[in-house]
Amino acid sequence: MRNYLLSPKFLRSALPGASLVILLMAIFYTQPRAMSYFGLNLMLQYTVPIALATIAQMFILTVNDLDLSIGPFVGLTACIGATLLNTDPVFGVLALLACIAVYAGLGALIHWRNLPSIVVTLGMSFVWLGVAVLILPTPGGTAPAWIKAVMGFKPTLQLFGYNVIPPFPIIAAAVIAVVVHIGLMRSSYGVVLRGAGGNPRAIARAGWSMLKIKVTMFALAGLFGVLAGLSLIGLTSAADAHIADRYTLYSIAGVILGGGEFVGGRVSPTGAVIGAMTLTLAGSFLIFLRISPDWQVGAQGAILILVLALRALINWREAR
Amino acid sequence: MNGGLAATLKKLGEKPWIWSYVGTILVWLATVSFTMGQGGASIITAALSFATFTVIVGIGQMFVITAGPGNVDLSIPATIALSGAICMKVMDGSNAMLPVGMLIALGTGLAVGTFNYMLIRVLRIPPIIATLSASFLILSTAIAYGRGLKIKPPPLLAEFTTMKVMGVPLLAVFIVGFAVLASIVLNRTLYGRSVLAIGQNMRAAWLAGINVERTRYATYTLSAVLAGFCGLLLAGFSGGASLDMGSEYLLASIAVVVIGGTSVAGGKSNIPGIWGASLFMFLLVTMLNTFGASAGIRLIMTGLIIVAVITIAGGDKPQR
Amino acid sequence: MQTANGKIVSLEGVAKSFGAVRALAGVDLAVGAGECLGRVGHNGAGKSTLMHALAGTLVPDEGKIVASGEDRTASYNVTLAHQLGIRCVFQELSLCPNLTVAENARIFHPNLKGWGWRRRAGSMIIGKLDEIFPGHGIADDDVVGDLSIGKRQMVEIARAFTVTDEPLHLVILDEPTSSLDSVTAGQLLNFVRKLVTENRSCILISHLLGEILDYCDRVVVMRDGEVVAERPAGDFDRDSLVAAMGDVTDEQKIEAHERIEKKRGEMPVVIRARPQTSDGAQELVAHKGEIVGLAGLAGHGQTRMLLQIYAAAAKRTTDTEVDGPVALVAGDRQTDGIFHLWSIGENVNVRSLRNMVRGLLIEPAREDALANEWKDRIKIKTPNMANNILSLSGGNQQKALFARALGSDAEIVLMDDPMRGVDVGTKLEVYDLIRQEAEGGRTFLWYTTEMDELSNCDHIYVFRNGRIVAELSRNELTEEKVLQSSFEEAAAS
Repeated sequence: MRNYLLSPKFLRSALPGASLVILLMAIFYTQPRAMSYFGLNLMLQYTVPIALATIAQMFILTVNDLDLSIGPFVGLTACIGATLLNTDPVFGVLALLACIAVYAGLGALIHWRNLPSIVVTLGMSFVWLGVAVLILPTPGGTAPAWIKAVMGFKPTLQLFGYNVIPPFPIIAAAVIAVVVHIGLMRSSYGVVLRGAGGNPRAIARAGWSMLKIKVTMFALAGLFGVLAGLSLIGLTSAADAHIADRYTLYSIAGVILGGGEFVGGRVSPTGAVIGAMTLTLAGSFLIFLRISPDWQVGAQGAILILVLALRALINWREAR
Repeated sequence: MNGGLAATLKKLGEKPWIWSYVGTILVWLATVSFTMGQGGASIITAALSFATFTVIVGIGQMFVITAGPGNVDLSIPATIALSGAICMKVMDGSNAMLPVGMLIALGTGLAVGTFNYMLIRVLRIPPIIATLSASFLILSTAIAYGRGLKIKPPPLLAEFTTMKVMGVPLLAVFIVGFAVLASIVLNRTLYGRSVLAIGQNMRAAWLAGINVERTRYATYTLSAVLAGFCGLLLAGFSGGASLDMGSEYLLASIAVVVIGGTSVAGGKSNIPGIWGASLFMFLLVTMLNTFGASAGIRLIMTGLIIVAVITIAGGDKPQR
Repeated sequence: MQTANGKIVSLEGVAKSFGAVRALAGVDLAVGAGECLGRVGHNGAGKSTLMHALAGTLVPDEGKIVASGEDRTASYNVTLAHQLGIRCVFQELSLCPNLTVAENARIFHPNLKGWGWRRRAGSMIIGKLDEIFPGHGIADDDVVGDLSIGKRQMVEIARAFTVTDEPLHLVILDEPTSSLDSVTAGQLLNFVRKLVTENRSCILISHLLGEILDYCDRVVVMRDGEVVAERPAGDFDRDSLVAAMGDVTDEQKIEAHERIEKKRGEMPVVIRARPQTSDGAQELVAHKGEIVGLAGLAGHGQTRMLLQIYAAAAKRTTDTEVDGPVALVAGDRQTDGIFHLWSIGENVNVRSLRNMVRGLLIEPAREDALANEWKDRIKIKTPNMANNILSLSGGNQQKALFARALGSDAEIVLMDDPMRGVDVGTKLEVYDLIRQEAEGGRTFLWYTTEMDELSNCDHIYVFRNGRIVAELSRNELTEEKVLQSSFEEAAAS
């Protein structure tokens, strides 16, 4: 048992959860008032959009690509959500569907021409930003009331004076993790999708279409990007083309913090959601520590490097 | 005589860099015909001035991309910001401190390059993520250090970077010379050959007796040092350092490398193409401005052209 | 022997070329129901290419594929091959390392889906493993990447024999026993015989002539992309099979014997290395001017040994001593050897660039001189050394790699089975050159999977499972001895 607990395999799988728990304890220690229903709700409210964006990035990483445009894309869908979707729902939905279709098309293009995804998505990040600026030149717009209602959902049930139902962000994060886990990790086609990251040639040899797989993964990424954008305006009420620029880093960091690898189809939806939660909390923690906002971005970069360093250490121990 | 001309043209057509120059001329003609010939010369002068900075970082990025698939330096914008901020503060507008400023630009580059390479080598982080997370740390340092910085560059530096001889920016002449030098380094030195070999096949390069790690270290350092110098010159050119002055060079540095005909799959570089592509990118934006296009349209066009060029150029070709 | 009652699949005049290399030159082949067909031939004879054509993973340039009595050439692909009941176990593993054993079984069967697929896939693959390899010790939720190479091979083989709703008529096994120990290899071959009695068929590709002779009904011999002999297995014995494969052993031996016998130990030791997998195991020693052979079955630690020595030349370690500059001749040209964007000259020179620098710049004149010197010495067939390396045939590409090593300052040359897919003429030229260079004081470490090449060596180490299991001087060298040590049971375990 003790050997198992010290084995690299276990340490690797325990790393995401442990990071989250340690961070939570550190927060409660520095700021005991955070240990309340409303404290948690406040600290975690941005978990939902970040987790959705992280899942989107995870789909792309599963097939050994990288999406550097997910941030601006989330920004664009937020802009559409706060303008078109509110004023003309049918047109708004069509616009969002078109966004997903473009994403699927990118998957096809990258597969067909064997292109490096980072150059394509870097180019696309400008396109998304440009469209967003055209739709919403200055910050503003209004989120549809129903999205705000969903995101502001506060189920309460008091037993012995305590809220027994966890805050909405936690419930939502759990739902996202379970749904994606079933789809990608448990379903029979999910296996093929992950296999395409592990050994694309073997998948092609078994008669599966790699084109279809890439299109599916990019379309799913687009779908979750859209959901991220919509959930984001549900919290902020208004939008801005640059509202989600940082989500590109968040999403990559979230997947990595959650134990995902850059290549080889080794990903974990549960881990990714935990990673997103850790990142969100890290933001709050830095504020509690009164770290100057100048260092917020840098601190997040440092956390990412730290986790990767820990993982490198575990792998190094394993190799010995 | 005619046959000779046709043969020369055909030979030119086979050079991958020629298309960036053809594009440059076409865009310029379109702009000038829209303005009825007004300002044609001044557009060229402006293009030369601004393209110079893209060329400097583009050459660094080119060496990195040439070192093979997956190699890219995303920390260039942050390095420009950091180097610009430190240089301006240390020189404090004094001509006498100019050599110190240059040493600082060099030192910043060396430090960033070493840090990037450590992440890649010691922690085995893929270069994209390594340079990305490093860039957040660097940017935070620049923000913290350069907060509220409004220091004028030393007059000598400002003069040098903006000086024109018969409409030709002096700095551009220097950087043309530097490009020639880089071309010699690439093709005629041990280092250049090593980069080209590693870019084609890292394992084969190691087995052919090439010092792979030293070459990769030198490459990431070179890119960072060039970004450092770009920060110094850019601060001189624009009358002081600003924190976001590097941001446009993330996409630009990659775009000019790709459009200039360097293979994203590695092992094949093209230095003349970087100049052509830098001029093209600037003139494209100028043209769109002249046509009265909005910021959104400019962003979309920039992004689409990069996606189009990479699609036409294609990615890695199958080996057999 | 059971006669074929109806053909499962037949190929007619199938040809395929890769650039200048003609891998298949019009091959006819028919597989009947209920037979085990053996296919032998030297490396590069076209065995694997033919198998890919049958599996539908490679489209032939010309020829016809007829299956169940219909011409399927136009629409033949992997999916159709599966529907026709034709499966393939490739030499390089086709499992996804990030998935579990059961999930890998699912990849293979498009119809294995719906509620409870995981349980069904698991019991199916484990059931088949139990049937073929009793006592395998593999669980259905083991992640493939965590399994040993032998177990992965077992999973892959068992997977090819699992059946859902598609029929199973023919399984092609490409070197299936290469990573199996002799017990599991025996289990597999017995299973194949049992399968044949159920009127199913098998194609067995193997280097091990014993396996072919003992377990196959019919043997097809390939050479240079053509079928050169096709007879019932009973009509062959080891010698006639070797002869049909076109061995050059005889003339080889005569030339090799002319080499002056050197007494081992008279010259200084230049390499002393111990395989890292085992402690206290036998070490490898090479003296100056010696040609040392590394023998054994493919993938048993020979390449790792060479790389260990190569790495030690730059950075000395405790278990490896190397005295002198080292160069390596790659066997896998595409992944380890050539720079595909470069000219022949640049490919030859890359190892020697350090000596061509004057000031800071490489001298073009010296580059041309070296390239042209070796064009003549090793007879690279090209009008111009400035042409791209891919304009050469495979054999000439390999010559360029030899020129890279021999033209360098290296005193020790490591050769990683470099004659793969090289024609006989080229081989003989290179053998001569190696002997000349060894006379001149260069040391060669030569890993080869071809028995006749070992007769060029002064001293031979046989590898098995990463260890050195036998050491033979050239006088003691016989094929029997090498094979025996390669297969010997690990007695203790």
